[in-house]
Amino acid sequence: MLGFVARRLFYLVPVLIAVSLLTFLIASLLPGDLAYVILGDQATPEKVEALRHDMGLDQPIWWRYLSWLGQVVQGDFGRSFRTGQTVWQAVAERLPVSLELMLLAEIAGLAIGVPVAIACAVRSGGAFDRFMTGSAFGMLSVPTFLSAILLIYLFAVELRWLPATGYVPFEEDPAGNLRFFVLPALTLALAEWPGIMRVLRSDMIATLQEDYIALAKAKGLKASRILFVHALKPSSLTLITITGINIGRLIGGAVIVETIFALPGLGRLLVGAIYTRDLIILQGVVLFVAGGFVLMNFIVDMLYAVLDPRIRHGHA
Amino acid sequence: MATLELSINEDVAITPVRRARRLGPLFWAAAVWTIFILLLAAFAGALPLPSPTDMDMLERRMAPSGLHWLGTDGLGRDELSRLIYGAQISLTVGLCAPVIGVTIGGALGMLAGYFRGRFESLVVGSMDVLLAFPPLVLALAVTAYLGQSLLNLTCILGVLGIPAFMRVARAATLTLARREFVIAAEALGATHARILFRELLPNVFLPLLAFFLLGVAVTIVVEGALSFLGLGVPPPISSWGSMIGEGRESLEVAPRLAFIPAVTMFLTVLSFNLIGDTLRALTDPRQGAL
Repeated sequence: MLGFVARRLFYLVPVLIAVSLLTFLIASLLPGDLAYVILGDQATPEKVEALRHDMGLDQPIWWRYLSWLGQVVQGDFGRSFRTGQTVWQAVAERLPVSLELMLLAEIAGLAIGVPVAIACAVRSGGAFDRFMTGSAFGMLSVPTFLSAILLIYLFAVELRWLPATGYVPFEEDPAGNLRFFVLPALTLALAEWPGIMRVLRSDMIATLQEDYIALAKAKGLKASRILFVHALKPSSLTLITITGINIGRLIGGAVIVETIFALPGLGRLLVGAIYTRDLIILQGVVLFVAGGFVLMNFIVDMLYAVLDPRIRHGHA
Repeated sequence: MATLELSINEDVAITPVRRARRLGPLFWAAAVWTIFILLLAAFAGALPLPSPTDMDMLERRMAPSGLHWLGTDGLGRDELSRLIYGAQISLTVGLCAPVIGVTIGGALGMLAGYFRGRFESLVVGSMDVLLAFPPLVLALAVTAYLGQSLLNLTCILGVLGIPAFMRVARAATLTLARREFVIAAEALGATHARILFRELLPNVFLPLLAFFLLGVAVTIVVEGALSFLGLGVPPPISSWGSMIGEGRESLEVAPRLAFIPAVTMFLTVLSFNLIGDTLRALTDPRQGAL
């Protein structure tokens, strides 16, 4: 196991370097000189030249990349030239919002997906199973921004139960904070549950045919105990893995939901940086998110290996 | 070898039966809807439609009428016309981007799966890097730098699709390259190019086509998301995503403006998913695979 972890970690290094290179190249090679963006209307050739020199933009590109990478490795992602905030400050300020959203979305997704999957697996092929499997397939065709609009229309415009947009920090008003999170979390959960349900359903159908389930039935155990304790247990590790994959996906997918519901998370930061052409924040956040995504995938890979010995011994 | 032959015979025998059973009414409904939308988009210019960009400030958010079948939007533009011209944009991006993905990704995957070795490691490794970026984040970042245009959008979404197509093509090639007909062709002295094009490509084609249709569905959604955020095609060109985004502003007064393009988009994405999934189930020999 240790050898496997070491090998995967070793593999992680070139991937992370390539990710940083790609992020840097996107920011540097494409048209639009940073000096012009910063100076805006006041750009005179002399000023641009001076600023380019100050920022090291007149150096060769490989040198700029290496010095940027050197700073990043030391934890210095740069500083926004618009707000003066460092990338770290901006990320630290926004990350808790995104994490709360992800956590709530995962909980809601599991709360919908797991019971439905169990109910479907118990009578697989039955009317309920066919209906829910069909619904899950249909839900996979609903983009998050569609379900967001539908939920806003239903709960904020028609019923007026919940606010459509906005945010208060949890420390100030816990109940109000959660109220603002209901619709965004539900939107993401609607996109998450079909995946959870499909995997868990097929898992459970296989499990329910095992001998030990038949034995448990023969022993006269209650159906609920067999389902929730005996049958769900072997699938619980699969669930952890799906949750891990989903969280990785949500890091990027939350961009839209945060924008629609005006939640000040990482996604909003990113979109805001694009609108204001705040290239340093953009570069920093993209690197941060992509790095987080790679690490999350690494953790999921590790989990897989823990679950399935064939992978860590290289047979799969 | 003997067991392999047996399993091939089985495949051949099973396929026609399953094909007949799987193509249900849903599949045909999806196919009809897809063709209908494709025809509308292709012949939008020839249809007797009002201009999708002519504004009429006196007739803003009008209810459906004989003149405007689906009413008008917040700037008094004809909703039906915008919907059909929007289909042009959404479908152009939705079809062209996966073409880029399937061509480059498919070629890389087949070469990687056939030649193996260093080349395979390099391809798989670089695809891992591309996969390391959350797709929407990368698309947002690149459009922010490159500027918003139909061509840029299509290229970016196409490149983002390459890793997935590469994986499908490589997986299919890996199993096929060990089958007897390939070994036989090798023994007959066929060149690598001939084996790739004449032996492998026809067999990899169907799984790739199925995946291509699923790719179309995903691309329409991503393009919609970008346009919804105002980072897709620049206005006044309409795409379904930007129409939904504009409709969101008047959700309280005229929810119709968001819901008409939303339903159209949902049905189209669902249709591509259904057709793609049916084809995938046909080409996937593992029964009951997810």
